[in-house]
Amino acid sequence: MAKSNKPIVWSLFAAGGTLAAMLAPVLVLLFLLAAMGHAPGLLSYAQLYAFAAHPLGKLFLLTVIALFLWHAAHRLRVALHDFGLRQDRFVAVIVYFVAATGTALSVLYLARI
Amino acid sequence: MNERMIHLEVLRYDPQVDGEPHFQRYEVPCKEEWVVLDALNAIKESIDPTLNYRWSCHMAVCGSCGMMINGEPRLSCHAFLRDFEGVIRVEPLANFPIERDLVTVADDFIDKLKRVKPYLIPGENKPIADGEYRQTPAQLMKYRHFSMCINCMLCYAACPQYALQPLFLGPAAITLAHRYNLDSRDGGREERQQVIATNEGVWECSFVGACSEVCPKAVDPAGALQQVKVASTLDWFREHLLPGAAK
Ligand code: SF4
Ligand code: FES
Repeated sequence: MAKSNKPIVWSLFAAGGTLAAMLAPVLVLLFLLAAMGHAPGLLSYAQLYAFAAHPLGKLFLLTVIALFLWHAAHRLRVALHDFGLRQDRFVAVIVYFVAATGTALSVLYLARI
Repeated sequence: MNERMIHLEVLRYDPQVDGEPHFQRYEVPCKEEWVVLDALNAIKESIDPTLNYRWSCHMAVCGSCGMMINGEPRLSCHAFLRDFEGVIRVEPLANFPIERDLVTVADDFIDKLKRVKPYLIPGENKPIADGEYRQTPAQLMKYRHFSMCINCMLCYAACPQYALQPLFLGPAAITLAHRYNLDSRDGGREERQQVIATNEGVWECSFVGACSEVCPKAVDPAGALQQVKVASTLDWFREHLLPGAAK
């Protein structure tokens, strides 16, 4: 039996999961606050724009967005398998395609800021 | 000592006679401090000698008395009657074929255990005259809790991935491989990786974690499997991205 190539997607999944566990709750809270008009000064449009325009800021945003996407894609693939959907290859192609598209779009949009 | 009537609903199945498994009700007077295994022994002794089940040590050591008790994989010698209310339902371990009544066929598990080479493969071959292979307490602590496994198969009965994919090597076998891989005296990791770093090995696991919840010896197989995933992932990058690294 050959060794598996799953480490490629699993490492993205694991890194994304770790990041999501630490960042997602904070982001949800901040977005909720912002949506209700309570954005603290640090999160004003000008500040965030400056952050996203900086190369390191871009790298950070890309890492967060891409890893979240790959994490969710792999989680969904496994969950669907657990729910009894046996077309694993088909599911894998779709979920990873969405994650890859999302990653590419983030690169594109971040490059334009 | 207090006695009370316990009602058990036990799965009965004799493949040579019965078309289908069926439940049989027993009413047996039990002592307060008894476990489910004691109740089964009382049934066999004085009510129904035809009942079949496995057990040996009566102290959570041999690993042979695993069964589904009210739907959960438990050691019957470790399941106290006082913790249950009403009728107690006793079935053979899930995910294994039934041999007879509560006795299951364990061949699949035994075969998988053998495949992961669960024994020391010395990294260096010392002549006997050079003495024993020494190990510090710190080196022992690295794998000690993974070595507590009693091969009771409760984790296989709890694992939904094993239920879906019987080829999955499963929690205990991979944990035991990991236990030897972590041993400072061992040099067999690469041999074992050929078996466990495969799609039907550790990568079939989706970290449900039920194995660690039901394990009676706190082995934490789920933790072992995640460690194996991390180590196998590092291997993969080393083998594919580092030029000249051995495949
Ligand atoms: S890991 Fe725990 S549950 Fe699984 S066979 Fe070993 S002792 Fe039993
Ligand atoms: S009889 Fe040995 S573990 Fe229960």
